[in-house]
Amino acid sequence: MTMDVNQLQAKLCEHQSAMFHQGFLDDQFSQLQKLQDESTPDFVLEVVTMFFDDSESILKNMARCLEQVPADFKQIDAYAHQYKGSSASVGAARVKNVCATFRPFCETKNLDGCMRCLQQLQQEYSLLKNGLQYLFRLQKDIKAGGGSFS
Amino acid sequence: MAITGEIFRQNLTEFLEESPSGSPELHVLAVDDSLVDRKVIERLLKISSCKVTVVESGTRALQYLGLDGEAGSLGFDSVKVNLIMTDYSMPGMTGYELLKKIKQESSVFREIPVVIMSSENVLTRIDR
Repeated sequence: MTMDVNQLQAKLCEHQSAMFHQGFLDDQFSQLQKLQDESTPDFVLEVVTMFFDDSESILKNMARCLEQVPADFKQIDAYAHQYKGSSASVGAARVKNVCATFRPFCETKNLDGCMRCLQQLQQEYSLLKNGLQYLFRLQKDIKAGGGSFS
Repeated sequence: MAITGEIFRQNLTEFLEESPSGSPELHVLAVDDSLVDRKVIERLLKISSCKVTVVESGTRALQYLGLDGEAGSLGFDSVKVNLIMTDYSMPGMTGYELLKKIKQESSVFREIPVVIMSSENVLTRIDR
């Protein structure tokens, strides 16, 4: 049974609010949405897709750094800083906050600490990705149903 | 970068008001090693009615400005840039190193305002 456009719009509203309320997204994401218009209807999707690709690459690299013996803490710190920057740029607040937790562990060369941070980071990224993919799907379905969303 | 957007929009209005009337749109050269950031900056500047050129590194920026010491620059600066915005921490050349090179190498480009952006909040890590 397909949902009608009104129901989908209500779902979108609810889901988006939840993502902000739960801290997955912050105002920067709203700023990105404001940069989208009829001339660039897929802007947010494009930026987020780039962010997903970027994320997967960085997470893989960080895991590799931690597997090295001895672990390359300077490089991990650099990746965490880079990831902090790109997550801030798309409004991925929780991911950004976890990135910030790496520094003290890198400075004290605490391998366990870094591993725990990486685990948390992977988890936050996964939650965010699912949430955003659902959001984009709702938007797509609304558009397909002839509706619109702000 | 969120805050940068707001500040940029406010300052841009002031900057435009100070420019001689009837001048063409501003050309901004943006430098950032992050693909995500480049896309956002480009859109932000375009929506602010600027002409934008985005490059991924200090080296590329110098090449674009014709300051990389390559033969072929006839001494006539055909590239017109009104503002340079650069990320601070980039592999290879930092935003500050880029700023220094631009100010040292060219009397023309020395006049161009350069904005350095950083998401680093521990100042001592921004190596001066």
